[in-house]
Amino acid sequence: MIETAIHILLLALFPPLLLGVINKTKAVFAGRVGPPVLQSYLDIAKLLRKGMVLSSTTTWIFVAGPLVTLSAIAGAGLLIPIGAFPAILAFKGDFLLFAYLFALARFFTTSAALDTGSSFEGMGAAREVTFSVLSEPALFFAFLVLARISSSLSLDSMLRVPALGLAVGTTAPLVLIALGFFVVLLAETCRIPVDDPATHLELTMIHEVMVLDHCGPLFGVILYSAALKLFLLGAFFLHLVAPYSTGNPLIDWPLFAAEMLALCVVIGVVESITARLRMRRVPYLLVSAILLCGSAFILLVR
Amino acid sequence: MMDLLNALLVIILVMNLFSLGTSRILSVIRIVAAQGVLLGIIPLLLRERPGFPELVAAAVAIVLKGIVIPGVMTRALRDAQIKKEVTPLIGLLPSIILGALATTLALLFSNSLAMAPSQGGTLIVPAAFATILVGFIILTTRVKAISQAVGYLVLENGIFIFGLLLVDAMPLVVEMGVLLDLFVGIFVIAIIVKHINRAFSSTDTDRLVSLKE
Repeated sequence: MIETAIHILLLALFPPLLLGVINKTKAVFAGRVGPPVLQSYLDIAKLLRKGMVLSSTTTWIFVAGPLVTLSAIAGAGLLIPIGAFPAILAFKGDFLLFAYLFALARFFTTSAALDTGSSFEGMGAAREVTFSVLSEPALFFAFLVLARISSSLSLDSMLRVPALGLAVGTTAPLVLIALGFFVVLLAETCRIPVDDPATHLELTMIHEVMVLDHCGPLFGVILYSAALKLFLLGAFFLHLVAPYSTGNPLIDWPLFAAEMLALCVVIGVVESITARLRMRRVPYLLVSAILLCGSAFILLVR
Repeated sequence: MMDLLNALLVIILVMNLFSLGTSRILSVIRIVAAQGVLLGIIPLLLRERPGFPELVAAAVAIVLKGIVIPGVMTRALRDAQIKKEVTPLIGLLPSIILGALATTLALLFSNSLAMAPSQGGTLIVPAAFATILVGFIILTTRVKAISQAVGYLVLENGIFIFGLLLVDAMPLVVEMGVLLDLFVGIFVIAIIVKHINRAFSSTDTDRLVSLKE
C-alpha cells in the first residue's frame, strides 16, 4: 500500500527534477551557472496559471492531444516497476500495452500538430513518426530478449529479472540491449544526438516543432509529459544497467532516486560532448540500435 | 568470470560496428585503440590466477595496441592532413549492416564447431571470427591508405582474440611475433602515407593504379 503511494508520488513529483538536473549538467559543462535545478517546476506552475490562445483553424483534437498524451504516459507509468519495487499493474502481455501507450501518445501529439494546418508542424510530425518507426523495432527486440531471459510476458517480472540473479550466458545480450535501449531513450526523449531540445531552428528540430502552437496550460502539460516519459524510460534503463537492491525499502527508494539523478547527469554529459547528428544521419544511429538489440536476440537464441 | 569475459567480448563486437559506422578517421583510430586496451585485459580473465605469460601478453598488448600504434597513426594522419574517409566504396550504413551480418554469421557458424569443453560457453571464437571479418570489410571498402591500416589493425585484433584460445599451449612467442609484424607494418604504412601525400597530394589508394612518369 505504502509502496503504491510512493510509486504514484514519484511519478507525479519527480520527473521535472530530471530536466533540471540535465540542464544544470549542461550548464556546468558550458561554464555557465545555469537555471536552478527546480526551474522546471516553476516553469510548469507558471504555464498552468496562464491563459490560452487557440487558433481558429484547430479542432478538439488540438486540445485533446496533450491531454491524451499525458494520460497515456501516466498509464504506462503504472505498468513499470520502479527500482526494486513491483509495478502497480502487472498482467500477461502488458509490455505490448506499455509500448503502444507510448505509440498512442505519439499519435495524438502528431495529430494535434497536423491539426494546426501549419506545414511546418506537419514536417515535425513527419520526422517524429519516421524516427519512431526505427526506434520501435529496437525496443521490441529488447522486449524479446528480456522475455526470453525471464521466460515471462509481464513487464514487471521481465524487468526485475536482472536483479534476481542471472543464468550464465545472459550478461552479453543484456549489455547489448542496454546499449541499444540507451539510443532509443535518447531518441524518444528528444535528446541531443537525435534532436536538440534547446533549439528553435526549423531545419533541425523534431519535437519542438510539433508543439509550437500550444501555449499556456496545454504547453505545461506537454512539458510535464516529456519529463514523465524521460522518467519512465530512465527507470526501464536502470533495470538493465543497475539492478541493485538491498531489500530494505528505506534504502532502496533513495538508491533509486540517486541512480536516476546519476543517469540524468550521464545524459547531460552525452548532450554536452556530442554534436547533434545531421537529420540524414539519425536513421544510421537508430538502425545501429536495431542491430544491437537484434544481435542480442540472436546471441541469446543461437 | 565467464560472464565478465563475454560482456567484454560483446563490447568489442559493438566497437567493431562503431568503427564501421564512423567517417572520422581519428575517431576510428581511437575506437580501435580502446579495443586494443580491452583485448589486453582479456588474457588476465582467462585463468583464476594470471601467471607470467598472461601478464606479459596483457602489458605488451595494451602498450602497443592502445598507445604506440594509435600514436603513430595519429601522427601520420596529422602529417597527411586528412580527417575523413570521404568516399568509402560502399556507404557507412550498408557497411554497418554488412558488419552486423558478418557478426551474426560468425555466431551461427561457430555453433557448429567442436569446442573444448572449457571454452564451450564463451564467445571467444565467434568474436574472433566477427572481428576478423569486420577487419576485412574495412580493408576492402575504404579508400584512404590510413583507413586500410586501421582495417589491418582490426584484423589483427581478431587474430589476437583467436590466439587467446591457445594461451596455455604455445602462443606468447607467436603472438609477440605477430605484434612485431603489425607494428612494423603500421610504421611502414605511416611513412608511406606521408610520402603518397607528398607525391600525389591525396592518399586515395585508387589513384595509385595509374602510373606516373
